[in-house]
Amino acid sequence: MITVENVSKSFTLHNQGAAEIPVMHDASLSVAPGECVALVGASGAGKSTLMRMIYGNYLTQSGKIMVGDLDIVSAAPRELIHLRRTTLGYVSQFLRVVPRVSTLDVVAEPLMVTGSNRDLAMERAKALLLRLNIPQRLWRLSPTTFSGGEQQRVNIARGFAYPYPALLLDEPTASLDPTNRATVLEMIAEAKARGAAIIGIFHDHAARDKICDREFDVTAFTPDKLS
Amino acid sequence: MTPLLQVENIAKMYGARIGCANVSFDLYPGEVMGIVGESGSGKSTLLNCLAGHLQPDAGAVCFDTRTEGLRNTVTMSEPERRMLSRTDWAFVHQHARDGLRMNVSAGGNVGERLMAVNARHYGDIRAKAIDWLGRVEISADRIDDRPTVFSGGMQQRLQIARNLVTGPRLVFMDEPTGGLDVSVQARLLDLLRGLVREMGLSAIIVTHDLAVVRLLADRLMVMKDGHVIESGLTDQVLDDPQHAYTQLLVSSVLQV
Repeated sequence: MITVENVSKSFTLHNQGAAEIPVMHDASLSVAPGECVALVGASGAGKSTLMRMIYGNYLTQSGKIMVGDLDIVSAAPRELIHLRRTTLGYVSQFLRVVPRVSTLDVVAEPLMVTGSNRDLAMERAKALLLRLNIPQRLWRLSPTTFSGGEQQRVNIARGFAYPYPALLLDEPTASLDPTNRATVLEMIAEAKARGAAIIGIFHDHAARDKICDREFDVTAFTPDKLS
Repeated sequence: MTPLLQVENIAKMYGARIGCANVSFDLYPGEVMGIVGESGSGKSTLLNCLAGHLQPDAGAVCFDTRTEGLRNTVTMSEPERRMLSRTDWAFVHQHARDGLRMNVSAGGNVGERLMAVNARHYGDIRAKAIDWLGRVEISADRIDDRPTVFSGGMQQRLQIARNLVTGPRLVFMDEPTGGLDVSVQARLLDLLRGLVREMGLSAIIVTHDLAVVRLLADRLMVMKDGHVIESGLTDQVLDDPQHAYTQLLVSSVLQV
């Protein structure tokens, strides 16, 4: 479902003496439907960078990244927009939403943009918020004022609202209490069971061992380590 | 899928100075595109060329019309272009007073656009005006007030109602949240996003506010000295800017 072939990436900081910083060299990775792969490596090794390249958030200089039938590296913006709506989900560590929009609407949005009926989308959003223990009295409020852990859970609810065939998870269990952590792991297991290809970053080792089928060490492709 | 708008090599000169040059892009139905750049970068000139307010010196702006498919709006007759801007197009000005008739009631402002497309039944027009005032969160009992007694944020929302009442397919916006305080801006952003989604609108939004484009736009073009120097998915351009100027622009934003 997700295939990364020989990708490389460097950042050029034009306003800091045109410093060129290579961050990834010749990385290849393949994830099948129903499989969960953990990206591992020390902080700064390029785990998030690789994940952002797969999402099309960072440009890739060379190589190929296939998600389904689309090559992210050469795709037009409009193809990427469509892919992100229907195929490739991403749960980031940060919640970025329009202020004033209610939590229910934030969670239901991925369903609304894919043409779901409003009532069904709301039902699904409520079920997810209930499952992730977001108190019902908060549902009508904007999540921008919530605590870190609550925001994290709203983000997860949003990321799991639509059944994406491919899913990227950036530390989904960070800052969660044991009960909610177990729920999130259960949700990831369910996504695997329905055939989603998942790539995740987990600093929580126990979670990683429990849910991931294998590990992919990005350190091997960090340019500094090569030289 | 056919693009809704196809822009090819638009150029506009002011004497020897470049207003904008070599601008080309396709906009598809349902897409929102942001155009950012500092004052004088040519973004408003470009928007005005696209919307038919300025005659470009070169290039084509082709719009997918309902009856005849892609038509070049630059070479279209003036009455045809006026008809487009009353029906399928809308233009939201930065200053609401440029887009409203200040001496006509709120209801009249909304109703006027309907009458321009041949609505004649007074009751229908008034009912539709009330419906739209509600959608932009202006209470129905203000329908007979003039916009002069409205706050800045209300005027801007009224302008949006006036523009969207005829169900346009493409909306041009010039700094729609400029000059409004932050809480009003958030409310307006929420409103615009909802309308874009529900009505399947395409929009082109000119702004210098990067936070606004991140929340509203799917795609982004960065302009400098009349040229588009970078374009792509909004989050990609903002998170991994390639051009020196874009890097400067992104890194200059104050964090709150």
